[in-house]
Order: sequence, then C-alpha cells, then structure tokens
Amino acid sequence: MHIPDGFIDAPTSAIFGAASVAGVAVSLRGARKQLDERAAPLAGLVAVFIFAVQMINFPVGAGTSGHLMGGALAMVLVGPHAAVLAVTVVLIVQALMFADGGLSALGLNVFNLALVGVWSAYVLYGLLRLILPKVRSSVVVGSFVAALVSVPVAAVGFVGQYAIGGSEVFGLGAVFSAMFGTHVLIGIGEAFITALTVSSLLSSRQDLVFGWKAPLRSPVEV
Amino acid sequence: MIRPNEDPLKHPISDHHHGHDFGERLVLHRHSIVHHLEPQVKILAMFLFIIVCVATPIHFWQAFVVYGLLVLGTILIAQLPLNVVARRSLIELPFVFFAIMMPIFGSGERVEVLGVSLSRLGIESGASILVKGTFGVLCAVCLSATTPAREILRGLERLRLPNLLVQIVSFMIRYVNVVSDEMARMKIARLSRGFEAQGVRSWRFLANVAGALFIRSYERGERVYLAMLSRGYSGKLPDTGHGSAGIRQWAQGLLLPVLALLVLAMTNIWMSR
Amino acid sequence: MSEAALLVESLAYEYPDGNLALHDVSLRIERGERVALLGPNGSGKTTLVKHLNGILAGNSGSVSVDGVRVDLQNKDSLRRIRSSVGVVFQDPDDQLFMPTVREDVAFGPFNMGARGEELDLVVKDALERVGMWELRDRPPHHLSFGQRRRVAVATVLSMSPKILVLDEPSSNLDPASRRELADILRGLDITLLMVTHDLPYALELCERSLVLAGGHVVADSRTREILRDTDLLSRHRLELPLGFRVD
Repeated sequence: MHIPDGFIDAPTSAIFGAASVAGVAVSLRGARKQLDERAAPLAGLVAVFIFAVQMINFPVGAGTSGHLMGGALAMVLVGPHAAVLAVTVVLIVQALMFADGGLSALGLNVFNLALVGVWSAYVLYGLLRLILPKVRSSVVVGSFVAALVSVPVAAVGFVGQYAIGGSEVFGLGAVFSAMFGTHVLIGIGEAFITALTVSSLLSSRQDLVFGWKAPLRSPVEV
Repeated sequence: MIRPNEDPLKHPISDHHHGHDFGERLVLHRHSIVHHLEPQVKILAMFLFIIVCVATPIHFWQAFVVYGLLVLGTILIAQLPLNVVARRSLIELPFVFFAIMMPIFGSGERVEVLGVSLSRLGIESGASILVKGTFGVLCAVCLSATTPAREILRGLERLRLPNLLVQIVSFMIRYVNVVSDEMARMKIARLSRGFEAQGVRSWRFLANVAGALFIRSYERGERVYLAMLSRGYSGKLPDTGHGSAGIRQWAQGLLLPVLALLVLAMTNIWMSR
Repeated sequence: MSEAALLVESLAYEYPDGNLALHDVSLRIERGERVALLGPNGSGKTTLVKHLNGILAGNSGSVSVDGVRVDLQNKDSLRRIRSSVGVVFQDPDDQLFMPTVREDVAFGPFNMGARGEELDLVVKDALERVGMWELRDRPPHHLSFGQRRRVAVATVLSMSPKILVLDEPSSNLDPASRRELADILRGLDITLLMVTHDLPYALELCERSLVLAGGHVVADSRTREILRDTDLLSRHRLELPLGFRVD
C-alpha cells in the first residue's frame, strides 16, 4: 500500500505533504519530551525493528502471504511519538533507496501509515485500556483490536486521498469496498501477530512494553 | 500487504533487497557526473523532476516522451546497466496490474481498441499512473544505484531534514545489517533444531521471533545510547561540514527538473494554440 | 601523595529491581598503572564500569577520577568526567554507531568542542595509534571484529582520556587480533583498567590485578601472585586455560 508517484494528483499530494510535516513535527517534540536524548538511538533501533519485521511474511491462505506493517505494534511497544518517527523514517528510506512508494507521494504514505495508522491505534488502545481491567491480558486484547482496526483505517485514509486527488475511473464505492475488504483481512493477520508479539514480550520483558508501563498518560504530557 | 507466498523467514535483507549490505550493495560504482554530484543536489533534482512529471496532465503526451528521454539519458550518463535498472523497478509491479485493470473495468465512455471495448478515462488514468509511477521508480533506482546510503543520509541532512530524523535514519542505516545478521543467526539456530514454520499455526512462532527481535533491537538502542553518553553526547550528531555543493554542481543537477519544466511550459503553449 | 587516577571508596549499588550488584567496593589506581579487574560473569564488573563515567550513581560511596568526584547532578563536571574516562564497551557494534570510522572517532572530540582542523588532527592521531587510519572511510560493518574493536579503542583515545577502561577487550578475538590489540594497548602511554576474565591476557598486559566477586574486591595484588593462588581462583570461578602455567 505504498502509493507510487502519479497515483494521486500533485495538489492533493502537496496538501497531505504539509499535513504530514505538521504531524511529524508534533511527534518530534513529543518524542524529545518523552525520551529526551535517548529518542534518537531508541527510535532508530525501533525503525530497524519495523523494517526487519516487515520482512517477516505470514501465510494468509490462497497462496499469498501478508507482512506486518508494524505501526500498531510499535505504538504499543514504544508509544505513539517514537512509533510515528520510526515508521516515517522507514517510509523515507524505502522511498529513497528501494523505490518503494513514490517520493512525491511520501506525504500521502506518511499520513496513512505513520499518522493515521499509529494514532488510530493509539486512540483505540487508550479507550480499551480505560474500559478493560488493569491486567496484562487487557494489553494483549487492546493491541489486538488496535492492530485490527488501524490497518483498514489507514486504508480508508488512502480512499480519502483517492477521492480528493485520484482519477474518476473507478467509483468511490468500488475503491472503498476493495481496499477496505482486503485490508480487513490483512488487519486480522496484523492483529494476531501484534497481539502474540505483545503477549510474548509481556511474559519475558514486560518492562519494555510502553502500553503496559504507561498506558493511560496523555502522550502530550509524557 | 499482500505478496506471493514465500518462505516466511528467509534472510530478511539479502533476498528481498538485492544484496546483503543494505544501501551499499545497491550502489554500482562508476565514474560519472551523476555519481559525483553531491547527494543533496541529486535528491532535490529528483524530487523536483518528479513533481513536474506528476503535475503534467497525461494528454500532454509529447512532454512525457521528452521526460522519458531525460530519465533514460540520466541512466545512460550514470552508466547503469539497463537490465539491472529494469530488475530493480519490478517493485512497481502491483501498480502496473492496477493500471491495466483501469481501461478494462473503468467507467464512462467506451472506445474500441483493436476490437476490445475499453474505457477512455481508464486508458488515460492507467497510462498516467503507469508512466508517472515508472519515471518515479526509475529516478529512485538511479539515486540508490549512484549514491551510498550514508551519502543519501548526508544529503537529507543538508536539505535540512530535522536533526532528530537525520539521527534516526543514521541509526537505521548503521544497524539494519547488524539486526538482519542477528535474524539470520536466529533462523539458523531454529533450522538446526528442525523447525519449519507452516500455515496459520506458525503465527505464534513468528510472533516469538518478532518479540525476540524487539528485545534485541531495544536493548541495542539502550547500549548505543550509553556508548554515546560516555562520549559526551548531548542530543546532536556532529555535522561533518565538508562537501557543500558548488554552483556548478547545482547547475548540473538542476538541469533535469529545469528542462522538464521548460518542456511542460512549451507543451502547454503548444497545446493551447 | 598525588591524586589517584581513579579512586573508588565504599561504593555500593543496588539495581532498581532489588538486585544488589556492588557491595562496598574500594580501589585505587595510580597514574600510569595498568590494572586488571578480574571476576566471573555476574560479579558486578560491568556495573562497576558504568559507575566510573557516571552512567550509574552508587547508592552510597564515591568515585573520583583524577581528584574530581563523579556527580550525576553536576552536568558540567559530568562532561569532564566522561572525557577523562574512556570506556570501551564489550560489543564494538554498540560503540561504533556512526556511518563511517572517521565520523565515529570524531564523535567524542566534537562533543567536547573540537572543530575543523583541530578535530581532523585528533581523529587522525587516534586512528594512527591503533593502526586504522587507512580504513577511515569504511563503514564499521565492513570491518573485521578485531578491526572494529581497535576502532572502538580509537573512539575514546580521540578524547585524550586520563584513564582507559576496557570491558572484556579480548572477547571474540582470534589469536592474531588478540596479539595486535595487546601490542597497541602496551604502546599507549595511559592509565588502563581492563575488566576481564581472560587471565592470560591480564598477565600479559597488567602488572597488578584486582578480583571482584559478589560485589566485593576480594584480592588486590600482583597479577602473577593472584594467578598462582589456585585456591583463590577456584573459589571465584576463575580458571586458567588448560596447560597454562604461571611460574
């Protein structure tokens, strides 16, 4: 779902580029506040982790396999700001070095995958943690739902961009149902792997799971 | 994301991204103007060229012919073998399929092409995505084939990417090999105990791999931080200073987008006549 | 009596999880000495190292470097301490975090305020001392393990430390790299504290040794004497390689 150049028109790309700059700027400040000088090495290694995790394919049946996007996972593990920065850097590197995602579409991709993907997971996770009992299994359930929903929501971001600046060849309804449908399926795989990963970390190194240590603090105040 | 079924845990970097050493093996060493341009010049020139390209309406087809010649010229000047460039462009493939679907299933007015009924709008949009996407991919391939990862990093730094992002990119470039080596060792350890991941049941196991990977990455991040602290780190990486591009370099590099812009302007005038 | 290069007095440290790592550690190292700190895994060696340049602060006791007390609250003095204690960590991949060898060696002196020609000169000098100047533009990933460890030593030499602290310097080195590193370390005119369980390496490089066990310094003597004391060694899970004899 890395949008290439030319898929969405130039003005729309520019608008979302500006929105992404603003969103990333918020996380730059947030991460500095949350992690101070540790922000750079930790977010850097989290970026490496996401990059590596995206290389892990999981079979989803019918001869195809999906791979983890990692936005929700990173959010639960290191908090929303560091997750946004790590995913953004992965997208920058993929666009510049692997031609994966267009350079003029970088703003669109950062908006969907880093901003929408991470923050939707954050909001959902935060709500669930408020409702659910304060036990470890709630963290696992929260991660599952956050990952499950954040993937199709990021896809909806794409549909929105397509509606504003894409071609009119396919009706919006068709694009929406195609994108939403496939990404719900992908979201299920993402949800299972995310929840299982969080659960395995909770049993071995719960001190490293941000969503367990600091689940209910506002990201702005952290 | 969907991709064809593969061994779920093949060596992560080497198989997927041609070459074990991230960002270094992508470089094809030559002595060309393109190789010698400072990275910030290359990145900006490429970015502007792509913007011009994306902003050009698809029915200005004459402009796209010239853009294509400009891209091809750049590849030839950089002495990059066309087959390697083509192979690295395959990443675009899913969108090629999408573009091909557009004329077939698109809505609106239909036209007959070689006896097949196609959507006119679909042809235009499909061609637009195909051509612009391809030029974008070719530019990126050209950049990574002529510029080592750490030079790209330096280019981003000179283009005033916020320092914290520069640092994150820097750590990513530095440690992606280290972490992928760790992953490869974990895989060997697993295989030598006769394990093979299969089907949905492998999910739990893949999650354990991801968990172990996260612990290693995070702890490495902390150790790196301590090592930095021990050498007086106070939030900034040293700017190595040297290597600013002269006017000549900027002129050479920006020739590409400027030519494209001229072509766009001329086509615009010509079409509106 | 002049100031000691390193003075640790009754240092105790307990990890946040309640694990007591250091328990009343005292030691004194004079300028120009080369001292080995011996101990099995889990004896608190690495924890002690983290106190020497103010990464950790003891619950009680004190650490002074060249007469300056390590104080985590005082940022200014912490900077000075970190430039005067050069710590080479165990895994060179942790230590070498910059894209190229040259930039990595420049990192420390840059933070200490060196710029331009002065910085270039310091970097060149440090890399020449470990024989790695020729490989200055390589990324660390392209170096052998032994080369990486030598560059790691250069990254702290470039800060002109008053004392060099090496954590397991011989680990993972093949015999040739081991000897090369020993030659380099012997050639440095600097106070040196080497934390290791590699007893022959300690004997080769250090006149004096300390044994750390269970968070205490349990022996402080000439390295030769300590390695002859087989009772002491076996009590603290230290072993000489098979067939190695100390005369």
